[in-house]
Amino acid sequence: MTPNPTIFTPLLIVSLGVFAWSCWRRFSLVALGTAENRFDNIGTRVGEMLLYAFGQKRVLAKPFGVNHFVIFWSFIILLVSNTEFLLHGVFPSISLSLLPDGIYFPLLLVIDIVSLLALVAVVIAGVRRIIAPPYPEGRTIEAFFILALIATLMMANFGINGARISRLPENYLAIANTYMPVSSIVAGLVPRPAGALVFGVSWWAHAIALLMFMCYLPNSKHMHILTAIPNCFFRRLEKPNTQPREAFAGGSTFGVDQADRFTWKDLLDSMACTECGRCQNVCPAAATGKPLNPRAVVHDIKVNLLENGTLLKKGATPAKPLIGEEGEGSVSEEAIWGCTTCGACMEACPVFIEQMPKIVKMRRHLIENEARFPEELLNLFENMEGRSNPWGIAPSERTKWCSQMEVKSFDKSTTEYLLFVGCAGSFDSRSKHVSVALAQLLDKAGVSWGILGKDEKCCGDSLRRLGNEYVFDRMAKENVRVFTERGVKKVITQCPHCFSTLKNDYRQYGLDLEVVHHTEFLRNLVQDGYLKLNGTSSELGATVFHDSCYLGRHNDVYDAPREVIELATGAVPAEMGRNRANAFCCGAGGGRMWMEEHIGERINLNRVKEALEEKPDTICVSCPYCLTMFEDGLKDVKADGVKVRDVAEVLAEAVLK
Amino acid sequence: MLVVACIKQVPDTTQVQIDPVTNTLVREGIPFIVNPYDTHALEEALRLKDRFGCKVAAISMGPPNAEATLRKALALGVDMAILLSDRVFGGADTLATSNVLAAAIRKLNAEVDEVGLVLCGKQTIDGDTAQVGPGIATRLAYHQLTLVDRIDSLDVVGKRIRVSRKLEGRHEIVEAPLPAMLTVVRELNRPRYPRVPMRLAAADAQVSVWDNRVLMLDEQSIGLKGSPTWVSKIFSPERAKGEIIGDGYADPAGSAAILIDKLLAKDMLPL
Repeated sequence: MTPNPTIFTPLLIVSLGVFAWSCWRRFSLVALGTAENRFDNIGTRVGEMLLYAFGQKRVLAKPFGVNHFVIFWSFIILLVSNTEFLLHGVFPSISLSLLPDGIYFPLLLVIDIVSLLALVAVVIAGVRRIIAPPYPEGRTIEAFFILALIATLMMANFGINGARISRLPENYLAIANTYMPVSSIVAGLVPRPAGALVFGVSWWAHAIALLMFMCYLPNSKHMHILTAIPNCFFRRLEKPNTQPREAFAGGSTFGVDQADRFTWKDLLDSMACTECGRCQNVCPAAATGKPLNPRAVVHDIKVNLLENGTLLKKGATPAKPLIGEEGEGSVSEEAIWGCTTCGACMEACPVFIEQMPKIVKMRRHLIENEARFPEELLNLFENMEGRSNPWGIAPSERTKWCSQMEVKSFDKSTTEYLLFVGCAGSFDSRSKHVSVALAQLLDKAGVSWGILGKDEKCCGDSLRRLGNEYVFDRMAKENVRVFTERGVKKVITQCPHCFSTLKNDYRQYGLDLEVVHHTEFLRNLVQDGYLKLNGTSSELGATVFHDSCYLGRHNDVYDAPREVIELATGAVPAEMGRNRANAFCCGAGGGRMWMEEHIGERINLNRVKEALEEKPDTICVSCPYCLTMFEDGLKDVKADGVKVRDVAEVLAEAVLK
Repeated sequence: MLVVACIKQVPDTTQVQIDPVTNTLVREGIPFIVNPYDTHALEEALRLKDRFGCKVAAISMGPPNAEATLRKALALGVDMAILLSDRVFGGADTLATSNVLAAAIRKLNAEVDEVGLVLCGKQTIDGDTAQVGPGIATRLAYHQLTLVDRIDSLDVVGKRIRVSRKLEGRHEIVEAPLPAMLTVVRELNRPRYPRVPMRLAAADAQVSVWDNRVLMLDEQSIGLKGSPTWVSKIFSPERAKGEIIGDGYADPAGSAAILIDKLLAKDMLPL
């Protein structure tokens, strides 16, 4: 049972071979992906990697992340002792003790303490996974097996060191007690005659566990040890609030219907996922019983890639379809259409996996190549193409909302700001009131503004998130042309979807606008003294604020709407349990506004119930979609007394009365 | 077998206004669309292509810019698209129009493949006459089956078709030998959405233009000269002024109650 290089060395060589082959296989599959440049701003990338991979910033965003932090850093530190272990197994003369005492002894102390911390953390992780798993399906054999392997390594380490200490001469024990306190306690449990046996058993247990770990790691979700760090390095440095453009000239396939049509970074994402489940825990679709689970989407892409890898490398048709089948390795169409593109999954992911763009790419394929989509969308698409608004209302009616007031047409020589009213603000009977309130406030403040009137066209947000990139592309080009021709530089929007599309998506078309959401603009008008409050709009009663995904999470505007509400009502709005970056979607984003919601609980009801827990008289929103979803939801739960108001209406009541 | 779908480019009539002085449609800046009923005729032709492998030709009479309508048909999958366009076709009523379309179908029958079916929308949304389809059938001596909402069976070899006609309050199942002309209603099908590869191909595809040098029709039977119908006046009917009942925002239930009373008084609510 003693360490034996002639047995250990071949085992190590085989294990290293398995490790290298498995890594090569997986990374060569990642390399099948299409090109994408993630090599810019290297300095920033290194910084992000240090902060998020080594600093574990997002892991630590949840309390249990501390446990992972301990395991991660233990792993890094114990790489030293494990490397020594492997080398020592082959060349018995190599040992850390060759280091100078000034390094060797402190190192022993660190290894001893860290091993104990790792053991405790792994036990806690195991217990947690049994009694309160990170997500219901999280009690997998794989997860427990890995925890057991790590625990075995730590215990074997103490066995080895304890046995060594138990055989030391008396005069060395003081040093051992100082630098290997935990192992010394273990040594006290080892009877001197059993020392050799304990040492041999522990050494081989450690050896086998380590070699198994080596072979298993790249073939399991524990691959993330190797991929999560580069994934943080290669993260999208800007917020992932847009989708990449698609080239239409000469193409014959659009979007993604097989794994190798994703970019290499998409595929690396799939290998970087450790299935922590944080994305699925915040996903509005998953939370309300829809077939979409962002963790499963990423996992299925990986499984599909692994299953089809050999065929894909040959350029052959994959055997397992990426879209449309039941079971592991394929993403169902229901899942693909379930996404509200709220971005909560991407905000929650500790290693910056981008779930949403992958879903949109698959949507693109279904729409652009297959013309296969939920039937309610046909009307939307035709209305968008024919009349450039989701309802198919005649464009000549775009200015009806302001028929009772004097509104200028935007002209770069006489008006400073373009008010981009948006389709909801122009046509939706409820949102038209918001447009009027906003227009009155702008006039009251003496802002120089105008509208495009019947020349305004839909920004195309829903189309882009739904994956109808072809039509979005045409609409974006048309809008960019109009904006450029009319000399538009500064834009105020009242819809976060217009806001984000004009601000972020249109930059891909070379249009760099100064876009401001009305909540920010109004806040500034009050703070700079352009709008005077005539008392407070106290009749709104207790307020609670709901963050729009496209204003908050996707564009980091959290404070402006809250400040306006506070200024207007004299009280800070209440916060829901899930707020700001963790806010829960109303259910209308990603084109879901135009689709039926047949499966599970309605997302807006989930959110309305959460809002009602704060006992508000008024729910304040900053988005026309949220406005619709909340008003519908309140009707459904028969909470008739509760009002829904846009932030502009809240301010108007305080300023204009 | 060749299936011919007749489609027309029409102004998006929900956006059309009538010039109060000249009594004509103000068409400036109004987008054109494919006549909605025709999209169902086109879709049914494409379904027959999918099922039976027939060839589909889309034809349209109109000004040169009606080519856009035919490109849409190409994007949806028709095999050929022909624009019948000539200044001498202009100003045509339904009779002159059906003369031109029938001549084109005759030519397709002679030169491309035997025409088995001609599919038309039941009417256009600008003219609303519902006469062109039957006019074509008459001029070609095809059997005519109007207001079709379902094709029950098509026997390509035996050359027979069985359809359901949607009439007021009833359906009529009719069988007829081919060649036949069908006018279709919206209930017939749900038009497909064009795939992007097809759209890109359609953008580069050839739309044949046939003018009267090709069709060689007697100028007395086409265009303004061949049109016995004259429009004397177009006007929007006066709409009686409406009434706002109650305060719908403050008291929606009250408004609804007033509305119900008024409807009951006029005996418009069947209770």
